[in-house]
Amino acid sequence: MTQALLREIIDYANRANPYPLYEELRKTPVSHDGDGPYVISTYYEIHSLLHDPRISSDAKNLKATGNDPLGEQPDEEGATLPPSFLKLDPPDHDRLRRMTNRPFGPPHAPHRVHDMRDELGGLVSGLIDGIADTGQLDRIDLVDQFAYPFPVTVICRLLGIPREDEPRFHVWAETLAASLDPDPDADPTQHGKGTMDARMELGMYLAGLIEERRKKPGDDMLSQLATADGPDGAMTTMEALSTSALLLIAGHETTVNLITNGMLTLLRHPEVLQRLRDDPDLAVPIVEELLRYEPPVQLLPQRTTLSDIEVAGVTIPKGASLWLMLASGNRDPKRFEDPNRFDPDRKDIQHLGLGSGIHSCFGAPLARQEAQLALSELARRLENPRLLEDPPPYRQNAVLRGPRHLPIACDGIRP
Amino acid sequence: MTSTGTHDGSLERLKREGRIVVVGASLAGLRAAETMREKGFAGSLTMIGDEPYEPYDRPPLSKQVLLGNAVADHTALPRRRAIDADWRLGVPATGLDMAARRVELGNGDAVEYDRLLIATGVRARPWPNAEEGALKGVFVLRTRDDGEGLQRALAAGPRRVLVIGAGFTGSEIASACRERGLDVTVAERGDAPLVGALGGVIGAVAAEMHRENGVDLRTGVMVTSLEGDPSGRVRAAHFSDGSTVEADVVVVSLGAQRNTEWLSGSGLGAGPRGIACDAGCRAFDVRGIVTDDIYVAGDVARSPHALFGYQFLSLEHWGNAVAQADTAAHNMLSASADRRPHLWVPAFWSSQFGVNIKSVGVPPMGTEILITQGSLAERRFAAAYGYQGRLIAAVTFDNCRWLPFYEQQIEATAPFPPPFSTVDRRPEGTKPMPADFPDPSVPTHGPTITLSGYSPADRKMTFTPGR
Ligand SMILES: Cc1cc2nc3c(=O)[nH]c(=O)nc-3n(C[C@H](O)[C@H](O)[C@H](O)COP(=O)(O)OP(=O)(O)OC[C@H]3O[C@@H](n4cnc5c(N)ncnc54)[C@H](O)[C@@H]3O)c2cc1C
Repeated sequence: MTQALLREIIDYANRANPYPLYEELRKTPVSHDGDGPYVISTYYEIHSLLHDPRISSDAKNLKATGNDPLGEQPDEEGATLPPSFLKLDPPDHDRLRRMTNRPFGPPHAPHRVHDMRDELGGLVSGLIDGIADTGQLDRIDLVDQFAYPFPVTVICRLLGIPREDEPRFHVWAETLAASLDPDPDADPTQHGKGTMDARMELGMYLAGLIEERRKKPGDDMLSQLATADGPDGAMTTMEALSTSALLLIAGHETTVNLITNGMLTLLRHPEVLQRLRDDPDLAVPIVEELLRYEPPVQLLPQRTTLSDIEVAGVTIPKGASLWLMLASGNRDPKRFEDPNRFDPDRKDIQHLGLGSGIHSCFGAPLARQEAQLALSELARRLENPRLLEDPPPYRQNAVLRGPRHLPIACDGIRP
Repeated sequence: MTSTGTHDGSLERLKREGRIVVVGASLAGLRAAETMREKGFAGSLTMIGDEPYEPYDRPPLSKQVLLGNAVADHTALPRRRAIDADWRLGVPATGLDMAARRVELGNGDAVEYDRLLIATGVRARPWPNAEEGALKGVFVLRTRDDGEGLQRALAAGPRRVLVIGAGFTGSEIASACRERGLDVTVAERGDAPLVGALGGVIGAVAAEMHRENGVDLRTGVMVTSLEGDPSGRVRAAHFSDGSTVEADVVVVSLGAQRNTEWLSGSGLGAGPRGIACDAGCRAFDVRGIVTDDIYVAGDVARSPHALFGYQFLSLEHWGNAVAQADTAAHNMLSASADRRPHLWVPAFWSSQFGVNIKSVGVPPMGTEILITQGSLAERRFAAAYGYQGRLIAAVTFDNCRWLPFYEQQIEATAPFPPPFSTVDRRPEGTKPMPADFPDPSVPTHGPTITLSGYSPADRKMTFTPGR
């Protein structure tokens, strides 16, 4: 039963609207059958597992991958690079995340994200101007022309990666993101090899850059990661590599979906779009509600139990694979009133869209700022925007879910 | 609908035109007043406070204010809503006539009530020798004025500060002094800082923090007297080990006394350990009978907690004041069947020497301790306290994100030692050790939690005089 439901969730046919399936799933907060994963679909259960020290993110603690539709694949961080902090437990996770945070956020760099505001604004204007310059307003692909290039440029600038190299690592990033995608019918060996190659190539590319920055540091994060010497000491080269790979990929593959899902939702709710146009500050609650309503990361498939633990009356054995269905928890009527309603006026919106607990999204402040700026500017500048296809074509990925293209048209672009 | 309140309409009348009086216009008082208005109380509300100020927040007084990062008179508590009250500030309540339902004020006035909430909190325990305590440069820290005075004295660049008592407040003061680059000596009668609240194992870590940060920490000693110069300024302190420390600022941080004297002779069950109340915040009278119109909340309250064997807990915790005020306010306006118990799990935070310390549960009840995550040596850890085979409390140093988990475990009366593995479990976290709390009959600066008595139905319940 669960397996069948999981297959349906993974099935591309349901990508555009997985929410009825999640609703079905929530009837059993912890579901499991055969030797598949334990799937947790309700808000409070997910939330408490995200704060439970008996839950590990380190794949070493998985007993058997069994019939786990995701477990078939080799660890995509495999033999080429050590796992990033995303896939580590404390204390290593804490140390690496702390060191990564030093150049990025408070307390040591409290202004970094905020100070990027003008730069981000410039990028957004530039991209929208670019769309205007094409003169083709009857068919705009909001993904290719805006939602993808924007965060990619931002993460490249932040890390200090030459934007010209983007086409090269675009391919690697896509491959690596795709490796997260559960595709039960793919040939696992093929899949695994492509992933390993991509990691290898990305690793070598970044290693070259880090080497350069060690010699001639700039004020980008790559330099700071390569040369940091805070209380935790310096990162090893391998650690700096896997950390920067993580940031680069996460910067590529998540904010894109947040912005695209956001614009899609706004176009489906024109009254909210109009309000945003009149009041750009509304972008803040809109983005929060989006993270609840259409989160870019739908589920976390890589946790495991360090002990037998009881969740909602079910004993999950030690070493079991857990799937935490964030997007389902976000629509749990036990937690959110009328959860299928997109309502930016919602109070008390502690969603799971950015995770929670020690692995909660590292880039959250940047992602929020990017999405807020992007959506308020699109709302302000596009005249009479409308969807050309609803639903739009989606990416294959069920974990990092979002439209592959978002074809829209508009009547004009305001200056 | 069995309650009389609903039957005869008296509850509706109370809500519409009743008179509610709150004594103690600070955190608990304000939050209760806000809740009452939120619940539709439209009658008259009188807020009586002996301090001349609007309600303000105390935790910053020993932290940001001492560092000079916040000004004492800018710590006013944010208002959640308008409460439309008759404020009687700068006037103490001096007596209570329970039969006449009347609070007497220091200025001779009296205010009648239908419901009374007592939230008079605690005050700093003064230096036992009044003459020495009156020397210039000797401070306690409880009020806004205290905070401002002490901050000014620190800003003047004293040669040395002496802090007497290394509880949470004393330790925070020492930390602020070091951050300001001031020389500071801390004198603690117990074996380590924070022992009363967290036990000896954690106390040892705290002691290390003091010393590494350049505090001259003296434990196992008492200050026996303070000495002034001819102009009446403090200049030195004499210790029980015969030593002398020269200091031009002395902060007496010896715990607190409950503000209950004004109730003596009123017939209310109020004493040095606070005002006993039931789990619904209704005060007991001296006969052990619960009143129906007098409620208590905050630091001054002492209430039984089902989770901790119905022990009466007095907590000097910010979060407790807020939660208890909310419950009291709700119950004051509810029929008996709708009342709620105050089942807040005790939780406390502190920040000192750059370390964030948090606890849940009742650590002093614990007999054993286990470092469940992280390590004492790194000063980043979570530790669990055990009592008769169950988890009774937990503390974290720079690791508070795991605390909600331990709180859940405490609520679920989970076993101790915890039978499970966790991330960040180190070798030192495999065997429990004695938590090492001092003998309660030997005073330290005074723990922030005191326990006494058992079930409210227990006929052996007595008031133990304060120590
Ligand atoms: C320096 C300092 C730092 C702290 N730091 C922390 C912390 O980090 N974490 C934490 O959890 N807690 C902390 N606390 C404790 C927290 O501030 C208290 O738990 C909280 O203030 C309790 O609120 P209350 O309303 O019960 O009592 P209070 O805030 O003490 O208010 C009682 C009020 O009643 C007044 N009053 C007394 N008698 C009378 C009378 N007869 N008539 C009229 N008015 C009267 C008092 O003057 C006072 O204004 C700290 C306290 C201090 C002093």
